[in-house]
Amino acid sequence: MGIRVEHLTKRFGAFTALDDVGFEVNAGELVALLGPSGGGKSTILRIIAGLDQPDSGAVYLDGERVDSVPANQREVGFVFQHYALFRHMTVAQNVEFGLHVQKVPKAERRERVAELLQLVGLAGLEQRRPAQLSGGQRQRVALARALAPRPRLLLLDEPFAAVDAKVREELRDWVRRLHEQVHLTSVFVTHDQEEAFALADRVVIVREGCVEQVGTPLEIMDRPCSEFVARFIGEANVYAASVAAGAARVGSVSIALSGAPAAGPARVVVRSYDLKLWADADGPVRISRMVPLGDRVRVEGLIDGEHPVVAYFPRRSSLLHGLEPGCRAAIEVTLARAYPCSNGTGATHVERS
Amino acid sequence: MPETLAPARPELRAVAQAAPASPLRRRRSAAPRLLLFAAVGAYLALVLIAPLAALAQRLGELGIGTALAALLHPEPLAALARSGVLVLLALVINGVLGVLGAIVLVRHRFRGRELLDSLVDVPLSVSPVMVGLAYLLVFGRGGWLTPVLEPLGLRVAFAFPGLLLATLFVTLPFVVREVGYVLEELGTDEEQAARTLGASRARTFWLITLPNVAGGLGYGLTLTAARALGEFGAVLVVGGAIMGSTDTATTFIYAAIEERQNAVAYGMAALLAATSMLLLVGLERLNPHRRESGGN
Repeated sequence: MGIRVEHLTKRFGAFTALDDVGFEVNAGELVALLGPSGGGKSTILRIIAGLDQPDSGAVYLDGERVDSVPANQREVGFVFQHYALFRHMTVAQNVEFGLHVQKVPKAERRERVAELLQLVGLAGLEQRRPAQLSGGQRQRVALARALAPRPRLLLLDEPFAAVDAKVREELRDWVRRLHEQVHLTSVFVTHDQEEAFALADRVVIVREGCVEQVGTPLEIMDRPCSEFVARFIGEANVYAASVAAGAARVGSVSIALSGAPAAGPARVVVRSYDLKLWADADGPVRISRMVPLGDRVRVEGLIDGEHPVVAYFPRRSSLLHGLEPGCRAAIEVTLARAYPCSNGTGATHVERS
Repeated sequence: MPETLAPARPELRAVAQAAPASPLRRRRSAAPRLLLFAAVGAYLALVLIAPLAALAQRLGELGIGTALAALLHPEPLAALARSGVLVLLALVINGVLGVLGAIVLVRHRFRGRELLDSLVDVPLSVSPVMVGLAYLLVFGRGGWLTPVLEPLGLRVAFAFPGLLLATLFVTLPFVVREVGYVLEELGTDEEQAARTLGASRARTFWLITLPNVAGGLGYGLTLTAARALGEFGAVLVVGGAIMGSTDTATTFIYAAIEERQNAVAYGMAALLAATSMLLLVGLERLNPHRRESGGN
């Protein structure tokens, strides 16, 4: 079951939630819609499910235009951010609901409910009410309920946002395994890049109602198409600099740029893991802070006393040898990209994802 | 309690320890408390307990048996039956239209929604007597609708339809409001989930929305019944309390007292009081604010 959305536009009053959004999801793929909160990701999902109507544009499921098909006939499984379990029904009744309204015979319904509760590891809790379940359990009931009527595709709206960190990771692995078993075309919304990369075959970056980039996690990590994507994915150092002959200068440091950047003012993005620092009394960097983070160390410093730089090194890295706050260090940038600037100026700063 | 607060706010500990240590301060704080209790007690005794006790005492003097037996005559029974039918109709009509109205007001956005929303509360603030009068201007002899009603041979004022209209007016807000609160709290997630699972709009309403608002609906209907049963002013003005034709339980009591038929008046009053008590128990059990909020 493939999905194609074309030129989706949606306004809520004066606010443009979606502006000419288009992308494709191949049959059997698990795709993440990733972006900052309020960027329109959930609206895209809701339009695919038929819960919202776009102002213009089209949604195709398996090549068939479904704009006028009501939500209850799209055969789309939807998992809501806050589960939306039917609070007056038991777990079993929740899972059975879709089969019930689609008039599946009773014996078959029973069988399917048992099968799904087994699948999500909730066998034995059939008679519980949603209020008697933990967040992770509710989420799994919501998944079982969405899967029960054998939907043609599965949509998940921030599926792990409302559970705590440990449960989130378990659920995430579990969804990935489930997807490998069932191969149901799935789209999920998240603002957590780690989650998107851990789960998705491909990622659609959504920003302010527009699709910024579509690609595999590796493509997006290695070839971010814009400064926004480069900065959104992981922690990055961003410098306003002038590009000439494929290189840029930040203070006294010359940075070789990958690709073939146009000459002129640009913003240079250096990922926090794409640079090396090592103790060197004549180096241009003064180390200001070192933060141990378990298996990694976060190193902060200033290039020529004015341009901040952040890097992460493995705890046992030989680069850390002799490095300490207050000392000077040499710097080598291993990978950097430049994005042409429209306004030409802009202070240097460090951006967290 | 002060001990648990103290570590975070040392200044509280100082106050908390100082207070019990000083007998003077304790005595000073006890006096206003006694005064407050006495004031509340006296007030309740005067406005609430004394009238009920007086009613009970008078009933005792008359004999409850005598009072209730006095009800077993055609006139009081007819008035009671009329009130019963009014309550039932108010329940059915408010049950259906109230839920629909709540859905329209909470789930839909349209021009004039806010105006409509505040109109729903008008019956709570307007005097029923004034409403009865206004109904007469519309439905009474020479009223606005006379050209329509007269040729059809329909009587509204000083007839049962008038009583019903008056009752519906005063009971309008309860179901709409109580169901509305629940709908608002509920949100639309569950309904949308039902839609994506293949349920039509109608099935979503019956299987999801209605069971979820059942508590609020029950509460609203209980309030409706209590109000419909107790209404006096509006039904008196619109209906005229004509014996055997437009008198209800409440207007019957009024007429009976006027005619010094004490037994039947107190019998009817006792019956209404008992019914109110039952409804009160129902209200307590259905009150959505007292129930534990389940679900997600």
